[in-house]
Parts: sequence; structure tokens; C-alpha cells
Amino acid sequence: MPSPSPQVPASGAPPVASAARVLAGLCLLVPIVVMMWVPSYSKVTPKLGGMPFFYWYQLLWVLLSALFTGTAYLLIRRDEAARRAAAPSAAAPSAPAADAPAAPVVPAPKDGGQA
Amino acid sequence: MKHVDWTAMTVFLLFFVLVTVMGFLASRWRRADDAAHLHEWGLGGRSFGTWITWFLLGGDLYTAYTFVAVPAAIYAGGAAGFFAVPYTIIAYPLVFLFLPRLWSVSRVHGYVTPADFVRGRYGSRGLSVAVALTGILATMPYIALQLVGIQAVLDVLGVGGSGNWFVQDLPLFIAFGVLAAYTYSSGLRAPALIAFVKDALIYIVIAVAVIYIPMRLGGYGHIFDAAQHKFATPGPNGKPSGSLVVGPTGQWAYATLAFGSALALFMYPHSVTGVLASKSRNTVRRNMAIMPAYSLMLGLLALLGFMAIAAGVSKGAKGYNSQLAVPQLFADMFPSWFTGVAFAAIGIGALVPAAIMSIAAANLFTRNVYKEFLKPDATPAEETKVAKIASLLVKVGALVFVLVMDKQAAINMQLLGGLWILQTAVALVAGLFTRWFHRWALLAGWAVGMAYGTWRAWGIASPATKHFGGSSAEIPGIGETGYIGLTAFVLNLAVAAVLTLVLRALKAPEGADETSRADYSAEAGDEAVERAPQPAAAH
Repeated sequence: MPSPSPQVPASGAPPVASAARVLAGLCLLVPIVVMMWVPSYSKVTPKLGGMPFFYWYQLLWVLLSALFTGTAYLLIRRDEAARRAAAPSAAAPSAPAADAPAAPVVPAPKDGGQA
Repeated sequence: MKHVDWTAMTVFLLFFVLVTVMGFLASRWRRADDAAHLHEWGLGGRSFGTWITWFLLGGDLYTAYTFVAVPAAIYAGGAAGFFAVPYTIIAYPLVFLFLPRLWSVSRVHGYVTPADFVRGRYGSRGLSVAVALTGILATMPYIALQLVGIQAVLDVLGVGGSGNWFVQDLPLFIAFGVLAAYTYSSGLRAPALIAFVKDALIYIVIAVAVIYIPMRLGGYGHIFDAAQHKFATPGPNGKPSGSLVVGPTGQWAYATLAFGSALALFMYPHSVTGVLASKSRNTVRRNMAIMPAYSLMLGLLALLGFMAIAAGVSKGAKGYNSQLAVPQLFADMFPSWFTGVAFAAIGIGALVPAAIMSIAAANLFTRNVYKEFLKPDATPAEETKVAKIASLLVKVGALVFVLVMDKQAAINMQLLGGLWILQTAVALVAGLFTRWFHRWALLAGWAVGMAYGTWRAWGIASPATKHFGGSSAEIPGIGETGYIGLTAFVLNLAVAAVLTLVLRALKAPEGADETSRADYSAEAGDEAVERAPQPAAAH
């Protein structure tokens, strides 16, 4: 429930278990649970193009797990951006958006002129 | 079979020369000005973006041995060997939860190895060196197995395997000598650059193989029928030799192996090295979503084991070495020049992880043994020098391992390595979220897990070996057969939890924690990261 109450200081940032985080957690949990439930897929039929169910089902889940993990990534990225906006002290003045992959951020600090 | 296929051989050598040149040139690639720092040589300057990290991790985790061993397991026993697929499916959602935190805290404090983090978090040299030595111990046989992968290829190419031991292993010496030289000079940048070639080759070869080979063999239906027929035929012990699906008695083992291996995957020092070399927290996360492309490739590759059955690669030989099944399948099915490409893919696929593993082991030795115990005032330049030399020694050690002990020993040791490295997960993963566990309790849990796992694995015989013949045993209290490593991990966790309660009641000293809460969510660009100390000055 990300209903920000602006007058609350630092600790008033979004709750630890925000909706986005819970949803992301579920996205990560689904592929794990599905794969651990071996009896549900350890069978030969229905075949797909001659391939037993056991094999094509797991190959299919490789793709589905990527989708679930990708969704979790997008959810978390948005959630983190919201948290940073809510608690400006934690981030650098220039805090680049989380999705600026090309920005050369690592090397030595700039000459301090822009504090 | 000892005639050399010169066309394939020439193509193979051309690629080998190409990556050698790339390996040496890599030292100039994205070079930083403080080359003397260990994070330059050992972590590529912590500068890799999404795509480089993707290639690097893919080249790192999906090794030549994987390419040979996974289809070999399927070839020999069917469905049980396919656990590698759920294993890699589970791994990324699982590590998505904690790797970003490890990246952040390591970036803020300049940690180069997982043991650095443990040292900083728990203020415990004992626990840190336990994690470091476990990492080195688990990595050595893994490097050795990469040699086994190259050997399988050379064997099918018709090189080696005859004459005296020196002539027989000469190609291996050359390959490893060259690898050692460019790893020494270029550090992590060499495998990062070569990984592009390796992965491009692998993707091409697999895409061709899963379309072209079934066409020649009469389709997937025919391939699985042939496999079904082979597995139904009773083996020497009167039981069927394999199965197309996992039977009711094998399902616990299948699931626990997948889960335990998934958790162990990113405890390996070389995986952590690949993660810490990336330039931001979100680079790590993004990669967890795109790494499954490699898992898909691995799954398709696993099916080659069935194709090898249908193609009859053993040609009826008794006691056929299943490790040769896939190289032989390529040699039988592809035109010579493409066989050369496929073998180059496997060969280079051995070099990339071997380089990263030796760098990771060298980092561990330098940071957590040398600097910690032998020379605490080592300068950054000295650290880098020691790490470079350690990377050579690690490789020589792996080479001796393969030459002196037999291949089976390397495989046994690698199984044990997975079990061992999993025992560091309690300290590492729990430590990323909580300081609740007491450092001495974690050390005791680690020791119990290591001892229990090794003892249970010792007691497993297989047709090939008297001890360490497998990784599954009955789980006490449940009665099903499961992965020993995971059972040991649960025991480890229980011991750590109980002893933590006891030690807290006794008010045993907690040790200093140099990390703070915010460190675990720091992202590139944050003030804390900009002010981060260089690794050498971390403590």
C-alpha cells in the first residue's frame, strides 16, 4: 500500500512489505515451486512433436521463469525508484535513474565542484 | 579411431589462436589508470555492464564440462540427468533475492571475495578463512574438470590418447600454458572478452545441432523411441539402465539436487567474481532475468544425449565412456569443418571458466589468507602481484590433479565440491539479511555440514568407484533419497541456530560488524558508492 504520508520523516518511507515487493516475491516463488513439484510433470504424455511431456514442459518453464524473473525486476526497479524519491538523503544528489545503464558512474569521484 | 581429422583440427586450431590473441589484447580493453589495484586485475575494474556481464556469467557458469557431462548423464541414465534444467530454472529467481545485496555491500566496502564480506560482517577471521578455503577447495577440482572437457574433444579429434604420457598430454599442456599466460597478464578482462567468442560459437552449434541432427536421425519421435528401447534393456545388474521420466523413488533426489545445486551455484567464488565485476546493482538483477537464455541452450544440449543414443555413437563398444558421447555425435553427424567449430566451442568453453575460476581462487588466497594472515600491510600492487602468481599455481595444481589422479577422482571431487560450497551458504546468505546468527555458531554449523556431507558421500559406491560414487543418499527422518549436500545444509542451519541461542545466553562476544543497513541497498551513483574505499584500503 504505497500511500505516502509526506509529513513523516525518513522512517515514513514506503513500508518494508510494499505491494510491489510482495508481488515480486511471488513472481520469484512461482518457478521454484513449479519445478520442485516433480510428480506433476514426471510423465511421458502428452507428447509434443515426439518429445515426452517431461522434457518440453521443463524447457517451456525455462522461458516462463525468465518472464517471471523479468517481471520481478521491473517491479523492484519501480519500487526502489519510489523509495529513493521518498528518502532523498540516501541517494546522491545526482542519483541517476535506476535504468541508466550507460552512465559511467564507477570511476573516481568528480572534482567535487558540484556538491 | 586414431586417424586425425585434419579439416576439423585446422578449424579448431584457428579458433584457438584467435582467442589466444584476444586474451593477450584484453589487457588493453577498457583499461583503467590504477591497474595496480586488485579490483582491476581480479574484477575487471568493477565496470561491466549488462551485456558483458551476461556473456561473462554465461561463459563462467555453463562450462565445457557441463556441455560434456550433462548430455553424458542423459545418455547413460535418461531423465535423472535432466535435473540440470530445473536447477538452472530455480537458480536465478532464488539468487535474485540476495545477490543484489551482496553486490551493494561489496561495492560500498570494496570487498573482492565472499570471504571479505564474511570478515566484515561478522568480524571473524576464523569464519572468513573457512569460507575462503572451502571456496578454493571446491574450485580446484572444477578447474580440473575443464581439462577433462578439453581431453574429451582432443580424444575424438584423434590427438592424444596414445604414445607415452608426455606426448599424450602435450596438447593439454599447451592449452593450459597459453591460458595461464594471458590470465596472468590480462586478469578478468581476458575471459570476459573471450566469452563473446565462446558463447557465440556455442549458440550457433546448439541451434544447428538441435535442428540438423534430428533431421538426419528421423525426428524427435524416433530419437525418444530409440532411447526408450535402450533404457528398457536390462543392464548387467538385471535392472533397466535408465528411464525417460523420473520414477516415484527418484523424485525427491531430482528436486533436492535441483534446489541444492541452485543454491550452491552462486556460492562458488567464480560466480561471485562474475557478479561483483558488474557495474551496478540493477545490472545484476537484469542479468538474473536474461540468464535463462543459457539455461534453454543447456536444456536443448541435454537432449543431445538422446540423439547420441539414437545415432549409436558407441558402435556397440562395451564400457563405452559416455563423456565422449556428444563429441562423437558431432564428429559422426557434422561435416568436418563444422565439427571443428563445435569442438572449438567446447574447447574455448573450457578456457573461459578455467580462467575465471583461477582468478577467483587467487583473489580468495590473496585477500583472505595472504593479506589476512601472512602480510597484513600488503600494498595494492603487492596484492595484485600475489594474486597473479596464485592464479598460476592454482592452474598448475589443477593440471597435476588431472594428470596424477584419474578422471574419476576429478569427477568425485567436483561432486564433493558442490556439497562443500553449499555449506558456506548459511553464513553468506543469512549474513546478507541479518546479524542474528553468532559467528562461532556459524563456524560450528559449517564444520558439521562439511563433516556430515563428506562422510555420507564417502559411503556411496558406484560401478565406477568405491567411494564418493554419487551425491544422493537417504535423508534421515524422511526416508526418501535426497541430495546429501542439501541434507548437510539443513543440519548446518540447525546447528547454527541452536548454538546461536546458546552463545547469546552465554553472552559470547559478538564481533564487530563494519557494515550498516543502508550498505545493502546502495546502488551505483549513490554517495556511499562514490566514496567507497579502494579494495586494498577496505580493512
